[in-house]
Amino acid sequence: MKHTIQQVFRSGKFVVGFSILVAMLLIVIVYPLIITYPPLEIISQGTFFPPGIYVNVYDSIGSTRYILNLDDAAANRIASKLSNNDRLAMKDWLVAAGIPENEIDINNTEVLLDQWENNYDPKARIAGMTNAQRNYYVRLNNSLKGLLSTEGVSIAVKNAETGALEEAGVVAQSDYVNVNQVPNVRVLPLGTNSFGRDVLTELVKATAVSLQIGFVAGIIATLIGLTLGLVGGYVGGLADDVTMFVTNLFTVIPTIVLLILISFSIGQEKRGAFTIAVVIGFTSWVWTARAVRAQVISLRNRDHVNLSKLSGHSIVHIILADILPYIASYVVMALILQISTAILAEAGLSILGLGPKTTEVPTLGLMLNWALIYQAPILGKWWAYLPVIVTIALVTFSMNLMNTGLDQVFNPALRD
Amino acid sequence: MKGYRRYFLNKLLWFLVTFVCAFILNFTLPRLMPGDPVAAIVSRLAQGLSDATGVQAIYQQYVDLFGTNRPILEQFFIYIKNVARGDFGFSFSQYPRTVAAVIKSSIGWTLALQFPAIIVGWLIGNTLGALAAYLKGGFDKVLMPVSIFISNFPAFGMAVIMLVIFGVALEWFPTSGGYGFDLIPSFSWGFIWSVIVHYQLPFWSIVLITIGGQAIGMRSMSIYELNADYVKYARFMGIKDRKIVGYVFRNAMLPQITGLALAIGTMVGGALFAEIIFSYPGLGYTLYNGVMGGDYPLISAATLIITVMVLSANFIIEILYGIIDPRIKAAQAD
Repeated sequence: MKHTIQQVFRSGKFVVGFSILVAMLLIVIVYPLIITYPPLEIISQGTFFPPGIYVNVYDSIGSTRYILNLDDAAANRIASKLSNNDRLAMKDWLVAAGIPENEIDINNTEVLLDQWENNYDPKARIAGMTNAQRNYYVRLNNSLKGLLSTEGVSIAVKNAETGALEEAGVVAQSDYVNVNQVPNVRVLPLGTNSFGRDVLTELVKATAVSLQIGFVAGIIATLIGLTLGLVGGYVGGLADDVTMFVTNLFTVIPTIVLLILISFSIGQEKRGAFTIAVVIGFTSWVWTARAVRAQVISLRNRDHVNLSKLSGHSIVHIILADILPYIASYVVMALILQISTAILAEAGLSILGLGPKTTEVPTLGLMLNWALIYQAPILGKWWAYLPVIVTIALVTFSMNLMNTGLDQVFNPALRD
Repeated sequence: MKGYRRYFLNKLLWFLVTFVCAFILNFTLPRLMPGDPVAAIVSRLAQGLSDATGVQAIYQQYVDLFGTNRPILEQFFIYIKNVARGDFGFSFSQYPRTVAAVIKSSIGWTLALQFPAIIVGWLIGNTLGALAAYLKGGFDKVLMPVSIFISNFPAFGMAVIMLVIFGVALEWFPTSGGYGFDLIPSFSWGFIWSVIVHYQLPFWSIVLITIGGQAIGMRSMSIYELNADYVKYARFMGIKDRKIVGYVFRNAMLPQITGLALAIGTMVGGALFAEIIFSYPGLGYTLYNGVMGGDYPLISAATLIITVMVLSANFIIEILYGIIDPRIKAAQAD
């Protein structure tokens, strides 16, 4: 046993796959201990906040201010408000308003803003302009107000008695706060999703649930496959005919069809993560059964098995002591494969809208499902779907690598 | 020819048996579930439709059509009779269209998309795998890790990434639909061009996911065959390399064909997701809409049709295999 494990860990592929899997398991276990936010908590009002560090504006006004004189501050400020597309749009408007094109220089911010201020009229109707475009220019115009000013911004507080605004302070352009001193800062490394949940926290929880679904489904599938394979291969005769018939039948009938029919019939309310795992387990045992049967048939007439039979051992004893140890490596490989297939099956079912119900636990499939329903790929909200796809791919990739490694250890013919 | 006939009859019998079993499963699985299916369906009906007369009509029609108040065996025969006539009832989510009409309008898209894509992917994958085994060296070193990674990539993930790269970022191809939303199906150039352009992304995403697994399988089969004794013997005999390679790949190909027959169900399952991601108007997308709309008759019919498609494809591959592999004839003749 010890020797086998040593041998397995000498295979490069297995070690790489195993390390990825262990790293993921560690993250899944450790992350919730450090970051204790509930994974399904809806934190953002609105959908798909981009990844970043969110600093409370109210608190940062109250925090200690530091004056930093940075040369590029003004340029950065203008650039963030006035993108190149905005400049081109401004040029279009000005040209349409009758300014000669050669007088407009979109790289000269000062002149451009001057021309804009003198000529822009929100009420002006330009032929061929849609309402949406008109609204865009109104928004642009509002955001440009005071862009070049070097004055600070006043903070006003409402007087509780009179209701009048009283100046409470001035924020100069060179004022900075230290993020570490602002009491409320939330880091959202992967932004928020279609429900306004923190994607990273949900993703970690979803990975944990999906792995659990994979393990449960994989163990169920392996147990069924192992039993059928042993019965078919060892007992033989009619039992073999029947199990082979059933196995062949479920090999050709597409699994996805069975999954869809069963999950749809169970109904949305009763579909928990565990139910889905059981359903997947009960529909994905065929390959294990085939592999085990083939192995058992080749073992059935070996000398040590015959000797055991002659000694009068029971079938259970023969299977446990003389057959199982020889096929254990196959069963482990099949189990790993089943786990990764089950995680994929869950994701597939969820994309179809037949996954576990949304309100209880997140799964990788459900996260992808909602990202797709909210059109995240088309809207360019990569943080809502890409990390999920990468996680699924990493899980299946690591498990398949482990499998390939094991295969090469146990079947020396495959080593190159 | 006697040997072939026995093989074909055997395969035909197996096809019919699997078909009957799939049919029975399609009928019984939803009915095995605890709870009252009629009540569940009626409650879903009430959600899907706001039109009271529509709800009433479908409910009445459903009771008449499936005879839900009768014993289960009788229901089964009613079901067979209806399916034989191509009558799957009304679609809940697309009332007043019948399920047969919905399926009919989508099945052509699926057939035209999936089978060419799977075959092209299979051919490319096998060619690459054989080349990797024969050329070895750098080609093999690059191809294999890429194939392993791609074959482990989930089908829907591949579709989403292709959608984002080629549809959204590069804007080379449209992101959804089977043809431009502003066109009416006709035999004009504009329409045909639109269909071709919309075809590309779903097609290549299916091809890509098929390639990986096939290349890996073909590579290991070819390596196994290249090291076989008959190859060494042929080399000693001085037979030209080109001719030996021909033999080797013919032998390596056979298990790949059996593999295709066994995997076709999984492949079609994966391809259905490409349709869903690209909103391609085929069976996969219809099924998705059925699930979203709680449309039981549509789901039942779509799954049945998909099963029949897969079983038929499987049958055709087995028949082709029988023709290609001469051992079949020899084994069955005695």
